[in-house]
Parts: sequence; structure tokens; C-alpha cells
Amino acid sequence: MSLRATHRDAGPVTVVDLSGRIILGDGSALLRTTIRGLLADERRKILLNLADVDYIDSSGIGELVSGYSAVKNQGGDLKLLQLTKKVRDLLQITKLYTVFDVYSDEGSAISSFR
Amino acid sequence: MRNMTVDDKHLEITLETQVESVNLAEEMCLRVAEAAGFGEDDCYRIGMSVREGVINAFHYGNQERPEKKIHLALDITPEKLIIHVLDEGIGFTLADVPDPLAEENLLSTSGRGIFLMRAFMDEFDVVKGRNGGAEIVMSKKLPGPGGNSENGKGGK
Repeated sequence: MSLRATHRDAGPVTVVDLSGRIILGDGSALLRTTIRGLLADERRKILLNLADVDYIDSSGIGELVSGYSAVKNQGGDLKLLQLTKKVRDLLQITKLYTVFDVYSDEGSAISSFR
Repeated sequence: MRNMTVDDKHLEITLETQVESVNLAEEMCLRVAEAAGFGEDDCYRIGMSVREGVINAFHYGNQERPEKKIHLALDITPEKLIIHVLDEGIGFTLADVPDPLAEENLLSTSGRGIFLMRAFMDEFDVVKGRNGGAEIVMSKKLPGPGGNSENGKGGK
């Protein structure tokens, strides 16, 4: 299943709803263009909703990290919402669970942005 | 895919150096793993490892050059599924691969493929291939008696 991405505003936060696989090729590319597009629109508080993402490979992980760094470098913040078990396990074994702010509840995630 | 030979316990294909080969290799290995009796979780780990092996060959080994090929072979022995991924690059040694868990590498945008294969498979090594490229050799014990889990859903 290829990746799909839509975004919506929640106050000052932009929630990006992702579904599918974030993998080498179109999936990683779509995530990159989505985040870069939001930054170009000066939306720097980004919450990635991964509830419907059940598969990420090393390219997808790299793109998540790249997006995180790009947002941070512009003074913003990128956080993750509702990880599936496979994605959570992947972030834990790669130690990235300690890098990203991860939330299971959207309201709490949105209110965590300053 | 260029050519393919199959017998009862050995399957070998030559893949083009292109992104589509990654998905093709994953799908093929998933079918073999399912047929061999691996459970859902182990199939996920095997599929991911094959993806990462072919991505490594595609990107680092063959440097995305379309004239080079990726050679994938699967063997099923009475004990385990063995996967070989051979590229046509210049080869590398594992000792030269940076540790992606090191503090200074945590925010690196690449370099986690080898780590994932090591984490998800029972055995993993990189050797010099017959053509001088790198050959990834990795295996997973078959489920059931003598395997690493009773129902194939366990494992590492």
C-alpha cells in the first residue's frame, strides 16, 4: 500500500495524517515533500499521525529523522502520534524513541506544543 | 527480474538495480517464508531484512547504476532459511559500518539497514562475493521443533 498524506489545522499545530508504508521510493519522497511544503508555508508545529502506518523501512526512518531535523533547524517542533506496535518497536530498537516526542492521545499531543 | 531458477529448496534470481527490485525481493521472500511455515512476526522480520539487504545492494553496493545487477538467492535447509544478497560493487567490511545507536549517529538520515538485518535475523554476515562485491548472508531458524519458536511467531 503506497503512502497517503493529508493535513489539517488544530490551532497553531498542523496534524499530518499518514496511511500506508513509509519506504524507499514514493513513500519516503511524499513524506519529505509534505514536511518541506509545510515548512515553506511557515507551519513549524507539526504532528505526524502514524496510526495507519504499519510499516517503515530504513529509508522511511531516515526521512522521519530528516524531517525532524529540518523542522528543528527552523525553530519548530515535529512530534509523533499513535504509533503502531511495529513502528514503536522499530523506533525503540533504533533508539529513536528517545529522540522523538511520542503521544498516544491527539489532544495531549496538540497541547504539548508551545 | 532477469532470470529465475527454482528447485525444491533453492531459488535464485537476478534483479535490476532499481527501486522496484526492493519490493519484488521482499514479496518473493515473504511467499517463501510463509510457505516454509514462519509466522506473521517472523515473516515481517525476514521481509524487512530482505528489503534492507536489497536496498544496501541498490544504493551502496551498485550505487544505483542500472548496468549493475543484484543477485538474490534463498536456500531452505532442514534447520533454517538462508538468504544471500550479492551486489556488483567494491565490497565493504562490517567493521567500517558506523554504529547507528551511537549518540553522534542517532540523527543520521541513513546507515540503519545493517543494524536492522542483524537485529531481525538469527545469523548475519557480509563476505566478499564471487565478483568482488559484497555478499550479505543471513539466516533464520525454521519454526517448530528445533526452530527458534514453537509457532513461528516468536524469535528475536
